[in-house]
Amino acid sequence: METAIIIEKSIFIFTIFAITMLAAMYSTWAERKVAAWLQDRVGPNRAGTFGLLQPLADGLKLFSKEEFLPNTPNKFLFVVGPAVSMSVALMTSAVIPWGDRLIIGGREVILQATDVDVAILYVFGVLSIGVYGIMIGGWASNNKFSLMSAMRAASQMISYEIAMGLSLIALLMMEGSLSLADISASQAGMNWNVFYQPLGFIIFLVCSFAETNRTPFDLAECEAELIGGYHTEYSSMRMGFYLFAEYASMFISSTILAVLYFGGYNYPGMEWAIENWGVNPANIIGIIVLFTKICAFIFFFMWVRWTIPRFRYDQLMRLGWQGLIPLAIANVVITGLVMVRHEIAAALGF
Amino acid sequence: MSDLLLPPEQRFADVIKRRENEDGSELSILNLGPTHPATHGIFQNILLMDGERILDGEGTVGYIHRAFEKIAENRPFYQITPLTDRMNYCSSPINNMGWWMTVEKALNIEIPKRVQYMRVIVMELARIADHIICNSVLGVDTGALTGFLYVFQYREKIYEIYEEICGARLTTNMGRIGGFERDWTPLVFEKIELLLKEFPPIWTEFENLLTRNRIFMDRTINVGPISAEKAISYGFTGPNLRAAGIDYDVRIMTPYSSYEDFEFDIPVGQSGDTYDRFCVRNAEVWESLKIIRQAIDKMPEGPFHADVPDYYLPPKEDVYHNMEALIYHFKIVMGEVPVPVTEVYHAVEGGNGELGFYLTTDGSRTPYRLHFRRPCFIYYQAFNDMVQGQMLSDAIATLSSLNVIAGELDA
Repeated sequence: METAIIIEKSIFIFTIFAITMLAAMYSTWAERKVAAWLQDRVGPNRAGTFGLLQPLADGLKLFSKEEFLPNTPNKFLFVVGPAVSMSVALMTSAVIPWGDRLIIGGREVILQATDVDVAILYVFGVLSIGVYGIMIGGWASNNKFSLMSAMRAASQMISYEIAMGLSLIALLMMEGSLSLADISASQAGMNWNVFYQPLGFIIFLVCSFAETNRTPFDLAECEAELIGGYHTEYSSMRMGFYLFAEYASMFISSTILAVLYFGGYNYPGMEWAIENWGVNPANIIGIIVLFTKICAFIFFFMWVRWTIPRFRYDQLMRLGWQGLIPLAIANVVITGLVMVRHEIAAALGF
Repeated sequence: MSDLLLPPEQRFADVIKRRENEDGSELSILNLGPTHPATHGIFQNILLMDGERILDGEGTVGYIHRAFEKIAENRPFYQITPLTDRMNYCSSPINNMGWWMTVEKALNIEIPKRVQYMRVIVMELARIADHIICNSVLGVDTGALTGFLYVFQYREKIYEIYEEICGARLTTNMGRIGGFERDWTPLVFEKIELLLKEFPPIWTEFENLLTRNRIFMDRTINVGPISAEKAISYGFTGPNLRAAGIDYDVRIMTPYSSYEDFEFDIPVGQSGDTYDRFCVRNAEVWESLKIIRQAIDKMPEGPFHADVPDYYLPPKEDVYHNMEALIYHFKIVMGEVPVPVTEVYHAVEGGNGELGFYLTTDGSRTPYRLHFRRPCFIYYQAFNDMVQGQMLSDAIATLSSLNVIAGELDA
């Protein structure tokens, strides 16, 4: 029994890892295609049909390029930076419930690498380590532009994490659980949290943009001012890791958005499908539904990136501290009042 | 600021020391350029920074100085146009036409109406191309790449029109003393008509994308402002001066090439900030389209060049069969046509300001002295003044909206 679980989890972890990598890889392809589509261009179409082999070609190119090491006193940190970014971006996927369960050979397989009770705290913890990759890389580059970008990234991440956490508190008050599996399960049917927490969702969405360093919050790598930001001095696959980590964390953010607010693997009529078609087909549809939602969010991330300009550093801070944090607190208060409305009514004697 | 030859650390040493003693703050020096993506071209800004805020700065010019004014002193007049191409390369036809008009002024040549109208069309097309670049690159520098690539294809269409007129695209070297090298084919008019039809909706879309975009407005309003008085005292012209609220336009003040025949407005701004410069350029594109429309509609019939055999190359078949034509051809190509002793200044409204040519001749085959009044050179002098106390991102947006083009800055 023990070995069976180990084998099952190993296979599952490997699959999740592969899927995350693949999703990140193909996000780069999708980014180019979406950008091309929005800009009235063709986009990559040389490597394979529709340029589908483009990410592989890019990877090959990045691996075979010269690894340039700038004249920096922190050579070790310079190498560690991209590794931290990359590993952190891949770690989050461990607690995501990709589906409900499948029955394979009479065994019930839960489609989640691990169902931790504090999954959300875990996600937050891991995401906050992400900024260390940027900080370390920017610092170790020994370049003023990189350092500026690292400072921007650090202050941005810290500020937006607060609003992000506060927007989640309202959700957790409703859910009463920190486990992503429970949160997914409680949104069965069309009981998606986005209908109960619209404001919280918007705040969370904006903060996700900030956390993943995407436009309009891509101050850390705004190419017009800081050349390449923290990865100005990086080349070959080290730079590839940074770029890859960005896409991986975009994928993870989309997943978390889908799981927390858009019902995860749930779809209307899932109960009916389980009854009539059996557990496996219904849950496979659930996985497909989850990935559809993720793709929709990834598209949204790209759509925004190729539409609007980016903020200035002080405007970004003002939005975070004076806009989103008070809103998130108000959201918590409103949620609390709505939750205890019966008690309040009773206390007031209605 | 002391000696330009000192390294930046020493140049700003006094300020850095003083601030350290005052409140213990550590200032840093940032080299924005010479090879920075935001310096479209090559020029160096040495900025004294307090974190993200710019305290002081110094611009360094001359990275692509090619001594055009000196080269021009050794070239026959018709060979100076390629030099003008390489100044503001975003709108080279305006530079070409400006130079031809200067030479024609020195020679007192009467230009046929048709040529004047053709020149107006070409210059307005170039102005549109210039403003497309400037405004969409402002979008890029604030983070919105899509507008740039979206309208860029219409600059391509304009280049195709140039190509049809003169065979070249970027550095056009278009025209001759007295007119054009050949008459415009019907295809030129077709392409212009197509542009007039297709471009306005695209430009409307581009304006909708940015003009009322909250983030874009926040990024550009009150960024890099310059007052009207200051702008005049620096010698600003063109869209950058008009954005500050002064309705000065060479096309109106001293009309050339029959600009007085056309109805058009001069858009002006109020505060002279980046947003106003953006809006003035946007509006100017519409005015240029209006001028092109009128010029096409009123285009008179007639010769496509003035009758100046001394300066205008004869047709090739005449060169082979006619002795006078052969002599003219030889003299013109060898640049052995003297220009009478004179001193002229002629200015055209270039893509980004008053582009002036101050020509002194001593009766020989080359100019005695030629000075280009290059608006970019003047704008760049004000840059440090405009960005002091602003953020680094503002400096980038300001530089972009001033439309400083390195080729014209350094000549």
